[in-house]
Amino acid sequence: MAYSKLHNVSIIGVSACVPRNIVENKDYAIFEEGEAEKFIATTGIERRRIVENGVCTSDLCFAAAEKLIIDLNWVKSDIEVLIFVSHTADYKLPATACILQDRLKLPINCMCFDITLGCSGYVHGLNVISSLLSSGNSKKGLLLVGNTQSMYAAYDDKSAYPLFADAGTATALEYNPDANEMFYHFSTDGSGYQAIIVPDGGCRNPVNEESFKMIDFGSGIRRSKLHEALDGMEVFSFGIRRAPETVNQLMEKFSLSTDDVDYFLFHQANKFMNERIRKKLKIPLEKTPYNIENFGNTSCATIPLLMVTNLQNELSNQKLNLVLCGFGVGLSWGSAYLSVEKIVCSDLIEI
Amino acid sequence: MELGDFIQNFADQFDDTDASTFTAETNFKQLEEWSSLMALSIISMIDEEYNVRMTGNDIRGTSTIGELFNIVKGRI
Repeated sequence: MAYSKLHNVSIIGVSACVPRNIVENKDYAIFEEGEAEKFIATTGIERRRIVENGVCTSDLCFAAAEKLIIDLNWVKSDIEVLIFVSHTADYKLPATACILQDRLKLPINCMCFDITLGCSGYVHGLNVISSLLSSGNSKKGLLLVGNTQSMYAAYDDKSAYPLFADAGTATALEYNPDANEMFYHFSTDGSGYQAIIVPDGGCRNPVNEESFKMIDFGSGIRRSKLHEALDGMEVFSFGIRRAPETVNQLMEKFSLSTDDVDYFLFHQANKFMNERIRKKLKIPLEKTPYNIENFGNTSCATIPLLMVTNLQNELSNQKLNLVLCGFGVGLSWGSAYLSVEKIVCSDLIEI
Repeated sequence: MELGDFIQNFADQFDDTDASTFTAETNFKQLEEWSSLMALSIISMIDEEYNVRMTGNDIRGTSTIGELFNIVKGRI
């Protein structure tokens, strides 16, 4: 299923929660003299929101979901699907979606499961939950998407640590026979699975004494095999080709033009990569909002977080045609075109 | 593609390094201005000018501008 077209389902609300704790990249101790300025100029990331000890992705998503349910005046017993998309689950098992069902006091008659994807996860999650709702078997669903990848990044790894940040989001969807169609395109290239990886701690390489050993890769990069390793060059090279490709494929397949789109919401990877993607697609700057300067790269949460931080007013008051595009860890990427009209867009939550 | 143009395109990515420094034999990783961010600029330039995808291993496995040129040429 490279392409998909979905009917009868709409996004009706979105919310996001970030940690209150702000970390400034100019204060990052691993940078050498002058390096912080260069890093910020290139990646665009000035500061990031980082969870304090004990706060998990599910806590951020829980707060986002509670707020959205209230703002929508939803009755919890009507919610029949909950999907949690993240690489930072509470436990190896059970699924975090099950724990959230109970915390949110959703009915037992609720289908709950996790999807483990990163940067492409919002677009994938949106497609899965929309597919479930479009049949009309379930009428209301919550898509909870977030990551606390600051927990996986080694402080001593300057190739990853200053990029990553934390956020949790909630998107509410509803069965709606009058909804505009949604269009999707998806791709996967698992041959690049090592480009972004936490090597140890899963079943392939169970935790052992070696896993904890800090390895010095030189140039300000020290991490263990329980930390996230990011091959920046590989991911960059992947992103600048695949992101424009999926957007072009989507737009060609469904006969869309840039003029049909109010905003292109790209995964906020880093400004240099995103600008390269934007220029390849010849999209005007005013159609591609950024919040990366204040929120960093929050993996799968970037797109809904961007909706809340940059488009709250327009989403609440008018109709918008949006293209969404996620790309990264997997390697996995995809894009979507959809319309939203006067949806509930909650104020940004901080905990 | 011409080696001279490639060297020029390569040199254009640098701000503080004299253009005369760059030759096919230049070991670019020894340049003071070389950094992981500069590597992204080179990957971007090769994508834009030659429509060739460089991998992380391509950059890691080469030392001179000439070696990089040969990889790009082989993929056009």
